[in-house]
Amino acid sequence: MKKQLIALSVLALVSGVASAQAVDTLAKIKSSGTVNLGVRDSSGLGFTLGNGKYVGFHTEMAERIVDDLKKDVGASSLKINYVPITSQNRVPLVQNGTVDFECGSTTNNRARGKDVAFAVTTYVEEVRIATKKSSGINGIKDLNGKTVVTTTGTTSVQTLRKNERANGIDFKDVQGKDHADSFLLLESGRADAFVMDGSILAANIAKAKNAGDFHIVGETLSVEPIACMFRKDDPKLKTAIDNSIKRQIKDGSLAKLYDKWFMQPIPPANVNLHMPASESTKAAWANPNDKPMEDYNTK
Amino acid sequence: MLDNWDWQLFCRDTLDESVVFSSCFGQDGEVSYLDWLFTAWGWTVSVALSALVIALLVGSIIGVLRTLPDNKGLVRFGNAWVELFRNIPLLVQIFLWYHVLPALIPAFKQFPPFILVVLALGLFTSARIAEQVRAGIQALPKGQRYAGMALGFTTPQYYRYVILPMAYRIIIPPLTSESMNIFKNSAVAFAVSIPELTQYAMQVGEETAKPIQVYLAVTVLYVMSALVINRIMATIEKRTRVPGFVAAGVGGGH
Repeated sequence: MKKQLIALSVLALVSGVASAQAVDTLAKIKSSGTVNLGVRDSSGLGFTLGNGKYVGFHTEMAERIVDDLKKDVGASSLKINYVPITSQNRVPLVQNGTVDFECGSTTNNRARGKDVAFAVTTYVEEVRIATKKSSGINGIKDLNGKTVVTTTGTTSVQTLRKNERANGIDFKDVQGKDHADSFLLLESGRADAFVMDGSILAANIAKAKNAGDFHIVGETLSVEPIACMFRKDDPKLKTAIDNSIKRQIKDGSLAKLYDKWFMQPIPPANVNLHMPASESTKAAWANPNDKPMEDYNTK
Repeated sequence: MLDNWDWQLFCRDTLDESVVFSSCFGQDGEVSYLDWLFTAWGWTVSVALSALVIALLVGSIIGVLRTLPDNKGLVRFGNAWVELFRNIPLLVQIFLWYHVLPALIPAFKQFPPFILVVLALGLFTSARIAEQVRAGIQALPKGQRYAGMALGFTTPQYYRYVILPMAYRIIIPPLTSESMNIFKNSAVAFAVSIPELTQYAMQVGEETAKPIQVYLAVTVLYVMSALVINRIMATIEKRTRVPGFVAAGVGGGH
């Protein structure tokens, strides 16, 4: 047992040392001709249509970034290898190089900032409450005595705890293992409310069998800047990705892309999410920055 | 990397990570990651022990049913039970109990997830224990059954006084392994929102950005729990040993 523990710690140390060395992802991309892109299968900003097809606002934005990277590395073509990631494995997969960069619904916060780096913010998420219209819940105060579900491995779990303490309310919280699971708990009546990023809630409601039964209510519980994530200590990659995003903001293509995914009917069910860009998202576009979440909520 | 090995993370407040408690346990209603870790451990132990009770009870009954003479119906029922519960993956069974059964039988909607996961894990393991009980009974020489009958015992009596005491002694080693398995298998409770150790590892690893330390702590608790069960079973095995029946200390059968 002791020997195994020592072996394990040595392994952890060695891998830690290896990852601390400077990396040059652009050179790797150029030599392999492939970009390992982290994508989500059930997020509001990126999801799958099945058969290995990944779509969504951030997924499409990432494809445009790859287009720009192609020029940066001087390759004639780059193949995108889509790697589905989850809330729990995204940081380790980026750290160990399985994923070159990921654009999904990852919040840029200080804790993650110690392990990975973020591009400029492209979407500002507002954490809200989704509930059944028949539930009578209209805000955080109405959650007293109710069961609230969030998804394991997300910042919303912390947000919920903080609100519970700050507002002196008492509710039972359960954690779904992923967003689809959390929504299923709400749908099947095991939870009265689902607290999560607004876009994830909207997407899950839009895809639900009885979409009309659900709505998003209440105050914004937390504001979270969402950004593409990649390895630390790779300034060349950061510059390249940031430049591509700034280009997309400047020529208006990012706003058009937003319109396509949030203001028009989208696959698979051809539902319109009707989610105009929030003021905070527009502010992030007007003034591109990579500030973490803590800088937003301390105002 | 070395400076990343911040073991203090367990002493931090779960709301405001900058606060470090001197005792590592939260004070005045504050919760530290260590408090939370013990709560999660409590859930794991509760799920595992409750499931173990169900598994032993149901497993014994089904195991005995499968060895009854002159009762083809009950034997078939026992065989069907074992085949049903051991041929479906545990994770699938958990989902069946949690999502499918309540949709088919509305009464199940009232059941808390804890009960459902205990039933799922307990019945899954009952099939494996039933198989061991059957094997234990059938490993006994036929003469023991006949001797019981010759003494004028009824079927329940000769099972109770002759067959089962010996059969259980034979199967203690596989039962030990099954009891430890139930602790390890209890991790599936994560899939139905039980706040146990696996879920703790995922959430806290994410919040603190120190997944390695969190997983190590959780691993130690799993190992400790399974080891305690192992030691308890070893003690039972020693105390119940019949001299000359199961060879002492050299392993193997009788």
